[in-house]
Amino acid sequence: MSALLEVDAVSVRFGGLTAVDAVSIAVPAGEVRAIIGPNGAGKTTLVGAICGRVRADSGRIVLGGADISRLPAHARARRGIVYTFQVTSIFPTLSVRDNVALAAQRGLMRGVMGRLAVDRRVLDARVRGALARAGLEVDPEQPASALAYGHQRLLELAMGLALAPRVLILDEPTQGLAEGEIAHFRTLVRELAGTVSVLLIEHNVEVVLAVADHITVLDQGRVLAEGTPRAIAHDPEVQRAYLGG
Amino acid sequence: MSTSSARIWLLHAAVLLALLLAQPLLPEYHYVNVARILVLACYAVGYNVLLGYTGLMSLGHAMFFALGMYGAGLPVYYHGVGALPALALGVAASALGAALFGLIALRTRGVAFLIVTMMFGQAFHLTLLHFNVYTLGDQGFILSETIRTLDVAGAAFDLADSRVKYNAALGVFSVCLLASLLLVRSPVGRVLVAIRENEDRTRLLGYNTYLARLLALTVSGTIAGAAGATYALLFSYVGASFASILHSIYPLLWTLLGGAGTTLGPLLGTGLMFYLEIYARDLTTAYLVVVGAVLLVLVLWAPRGILGTLRDRKARWLP
Repeated sequence: MSALLEVDAVSVRFGGLTAVDAVSIAVPAGEVRAIIGPNGAGKTTLVGAICGRVRADSGRIVLGGADISRLPAHARARRGIVYTFQVTSIFPTLSVRDNVALAAQRGLMRGVMGRLAVDRRVLDARVRGALARAGLEVDPEQPASALAYGHQRLLELAMGLALAPRVLILDEPTQGLAEGEIAHFRTLVRELAGTVSVLLIEHNVEVVLAVADHITVLDQGRVLAEGTPRAIAHDPEVQRAYLGG
Repeated sequence: MSTSSARIWLLHAAVLLALLLAQPLLPEYHYVNVARILVLACYAVGYNVLLGYTGLMSLGHAMFFALGMYGAGLPVYYHGVGALPALALGVAASALGAALFGLIALRTRGVAFLIVTMMFGQAFHLTLLHFNVYTLGDQGFILSETIRTLDVAGAAFDLADSRVKYNAALGVFSVCLLASLLLVRSPVGRVLVAIRENEDRTRLLGYNTYLARLLALTVSGTIAGAAGATYALLFSYVGASFASILHSIYPLLWTLLGGAGTTLGPLLGTGLMFYLEIYARDLTTAYLVVVGAVLLVLVLWAPRGILGTLRDRKARWLP
């Protein structure tokens, strides 16, 4: 199976520190790929290089056969690489609805007229759909800053979904979520699997083992191991480096 | 159209209609004042697109106002161009100037942007004075000897008539106000607000934020230029003093007073400040102290301005 997303020997250096060291991964369409590893392993930097937030010093990033290494972040987002922030990054003064609408209107803005007006009903339907899928049941007219932290994470997720991603990057999505919300999140990721490729950075081992098709373990910027959840869980190297034996 | 949307358009229509119908009630002195306020409010409306809705503070907008003023005034003075073509030339000059300036200045943001705009504004002011032979920037020049009428569709209106001044000013103001309302309520306008709130996030939603900021600056500069061109034609005077830094600070002050990021704030702020200055002039020759004091009070106690505060407390639907 040819991969939808190919990361080919990508390195990112910050001064003397090599945060990501010649990492190669290939993610097929519709796969849920978990990226795990200890703090400072380079997980966030790696997905930053994929979505264009961080500049890769070498290597290539290929999406659906097209080299996107030189595209700026907004152009990659338009091609379907969607990043949801680890540290929640929403528009605090705007309403919950407007936050999601900003993501949902992106695909509707075509030509000059599309930039001046979009079909309200289509937009509203998309916004409601994204909120429902993310499992965020709050008053959409309240300002986003009024939401509890866990709800802000779900808003972040709803914005990601509203962009109709091909590759959805989730950076620590369950951090700060309640038990019920985590269960909903697990169901959602499995629903997305098959149509959307998911890159999941996650510390919650239980969640990772439950939703991932494949796991890549990073350590000190390098790929330490790669395999199915079962294989990774039993890999002695991984247990020593990460799972703590 | 949703109810809030209908309410917003009705409010703006009501404000413009009130300005139209108030004419017989205004004494001659205030009549001319309000005409002048409307033109200056246009300038503030343009400024507000950039500061209020995109979050970029400029201290060089007098450059765009002056580009409109000279773009309209010089062709009239040297070639006897009519009022409407002169207006079009002024608007075109400021649009072009703003777009070119944006290509350079928008590599910066925040304080750096503020400084770059101020530097360019100062350089432009000095350039006008340097080429005094052509611009007559130093002493200024009047247009009333070369252009006396506003010709629209075969009819000629006397530019010296205060009714013509008022209605022409109101016409230009209406166009600028409604254009700004249309822009800020459009999908592009929401992207501008998103940039103001969180540019990094906006980029990762797939928006080219550089182009969006360039659009905002160009629209902002063009509206400022339309105000400058209208000012030259209606009040007959063109001079380099309008390119000075003081005239870059004014729209900032008007916008902050009325409420940055509210469509009607600039009109309110310009009107209040205009009359405040007149009364201050009667009291003291150091009336600029009053301008400074207002700025201080605003920054310290009412950073959201009058309509901004009203929106926070009572009317969240205000655009």
